[in-house]
Amino acid sequence: MFDLERWQEIFETLSKNKLRTFLTGLSVASGIFILVILLGFSKGIENGVKSQFERDATNRIAVRTGVTTKGYKGLNPGRYIQLKNSSFEAVEKKYDEFFEYRTKDYPIWGANITYNNETGNYRVRGTLPDNQFIENADIGSGRFINQSDVEGSKKVAVIGNKIKTDLFKGEDPINKNLQVYGMNFKVVGVFYDPGGDREEGQVYIPVSTAQKVFNAGENIRNMAFTVKMADNFNEAVIQSNAIAKGIEEQLKEIHVVAPDDVSAVRVFNTLEEAEKIYSLIATIRAVFWFVGIGTIIAGIVGVGNIMLIIVKERTKEIGIRKALGALPMSIVGMILQEAVFVTMFAGLFGLVFGLGLLELAGPYIQSDFIKYPQVDFNIALTTVFLLVFAGALAGFIPAYRAAMIKPIDALRDE
Amino acid sequence: MIQIKDLHKSYHMGSNSLHVLKGINFNVKEGELVSIMGSSGSGKSTLLNILGMLDEADTGEYILDNVPIKNLNEKIAAKYRNEFLGFIFQSFNLINYKSALDNVSMPLYYKGIKRKERTEKAMHYLQKVGLAEWSHHLPSELSGGQKQRVAIARALASDPKVLLADEPTGALDTKTSYEVMELIQGINDEGKTILVVTHEDDIAHMTKRIVNLKDGIIIDDSKVEQVRASLHV
Ligand SMILES: Nc1ncnc2c1ncn2[C@@H]1O[C@H](COP(=O)(O)OP(=O)(O)OP(=O)(O)O)[C@@H](O)[C@H]1O
Ligand SMILES: [Mg+2]
Repeated sequence: MFDLERWQEIFETLSKNKLRTFLTGLSVASGIFILVILLGFSKGIENGVKSQFERDATNRIAVRTGVTTKGYKGLNPGRYIQLKNSSFEAVEKKYDEFFEYRTKDYPIWGANITYNNETGNYRVRGTLPDNQFIENADIGSGRFINQSDVEGSKKVAVIGNKIKTDLFKGEDPINKNLQVYGMNFKVVGVFYDPGGDREEGQVYIPVSTAQKVFNAGENIRNMAFTVKMADNFNEAVIQSNAIAKGIEEQLKEIHVVAPDDVSAVRVFNTLEEAEKIYSLIATIRAVFWFVGIGTIIAGIVGVGNIMLIIVKERTKEIGIRKALGALPMSIVGMILQEAVFVTMFAGLFGLVFGLGLLELAGPYIQSDFIKYPQVDFNIALTTVFLLVFAGALAGFIPAYRAAMIKPIDALRDE
Repeated sequence: MIQIKDLHKSYHMGSNSLHVLKGINFNVKEGELVSIMGSSGSGKSTLLNILGMLDEADTGEYILDNVPIKNLNEKIAAKYRNEFLGFIFQSFNLINYKSALDNVSMPLYYKGIKRKERTEKAMHYLQKVGLAEWSHHLPSELSGGQKQRVAIARALASDPKVLLADEPTGALDTKTSYEVMELIQGINDEGKTILVVTHEDDIAHMTKRIVNLKDGIIIDDSKVEQVRASLHV
């Protein structure tokens, strides 16, 4: 294989048959190129769908309440179920070991917020420190609400990036005071949220503060938890479904709601949704792999075809070489080495070209559903080797046959 | 050098079979220049191809330089083709994408000779056939006579014991034919054994012995007075 004379002979043949070399290379390179782009976009779609979904933690259980639709134990329908601090504490206590993060919220919609002369209406949410993780909020500067803020009912606020842009006009908001309905709150942090503007147009304050300043007493509007993930996704789904059901039953009991009342206490389990999304992603991936494997097969057939034609075209040359004393195996070796060299070189070229294009064009793709198209380098490289191997195999059979026939029959070939 | 006894060869096409060589007996001694004549289809090429180990006989004995040529494995066959035999074809059979020099180098490559020595030797033989200045030209850039001279240089390159030429002048005009024959005579003068298949009487008379084939058997085998090709040029 590392016979220098042999390589010289091969490079000479390749460079003196440029068109043939080019066409073989082109078909291999374009096959790999298409595959890389295809896999890249499959991954991009996967990333896009996931990021759409990853606005919030995927293992979240959220509780909201509404109005009863059924009478129960002597109570009339139409009763609003008001969650209290004690409801949250009861749930937290019962499932503590399963929970990773917990929060109870008291939000006000459309609160009037002012900074200097700029003013606007935004959602203000009283919350607990854990909410940062439940909402997947990223702290851009400063910090999130902390435990001491909650315990001291401090008037501090963490504002979304949109509010920073709207009201602060490029000024650094940290440690500045803004007014919520005229009350001063000190800004301690700015956050980004994968949910975008909708979530970044919010102000987080400690829940205890919210309850005080909005005269809510012990009331909360909703609560949310994230469940510690079991290793196995299916197990995690089953577990979080069980917990969600348990919480619903517990709260219905505490607040005296009929067990079959579907609107008074509602428990949402995002993991169940996640399962659907994951199966969607799996389907997309399967479709792209199907197309990708089709492309590889087409590539293999193409390379095989080219090899057949090359051997056919060179039959007479093979006869001449044999008449001059070439061993059959040296002829097979020559053809295979050429094929492997060309497919390998072209395959890697297609690979680099495809990866390069994804790398360059990827960041410019502005779509919610395609994000960061990328390819697993190992998968792509494996495909190249697969093609090279298939090309060699496809070339071996006709090359062997041509090398074994009598020289005179090869020479007679026109 | 060459001993042949009762050589038979048939071609099979479907259910038909064509008996081409029907018991050939003849010997060639070292240094002879023999022409094989006969009408078209009489089996001249078939015989020469068997002698050149490009084809195999069905039955009979063929001894080349005291080595029986029978059921040889590919490795030994390739070695004999490379070292014992040089072939010159009517249609030249040069590799079209290689220069004259590289074509002449080919047998040396298969002999395992290193590039530098290969090039020197090939150049030497190109010089011998008078084509030193054409060494880097492709076959397509050469005339028929030049191509045949490249082929002769190639056949000589590995210094074989026997040179086999199947109608070497068949594709050339008279003048060029005589030039090629002059070259062949010169090579024979140096002692090489040469067999030439030809249709043409004048070419045959430039050899030293004429073997006449008809319907697969030798009907005549006689020494002749050699006519020097140089007289015609
Ligand atoms: N590969 C083959 N398959 C079948 N028949 C063949 C084959 N090669 C030669 N023949 C037949 O064998 C006979 C002898 O052929 P050969 O080529 O030896 O003749 P030749 O004397 O060289 O004729 P020419 O002067 O025309 O070259 C011819 O009838 C030819 O048709
Ligand atoms: Mg013939």
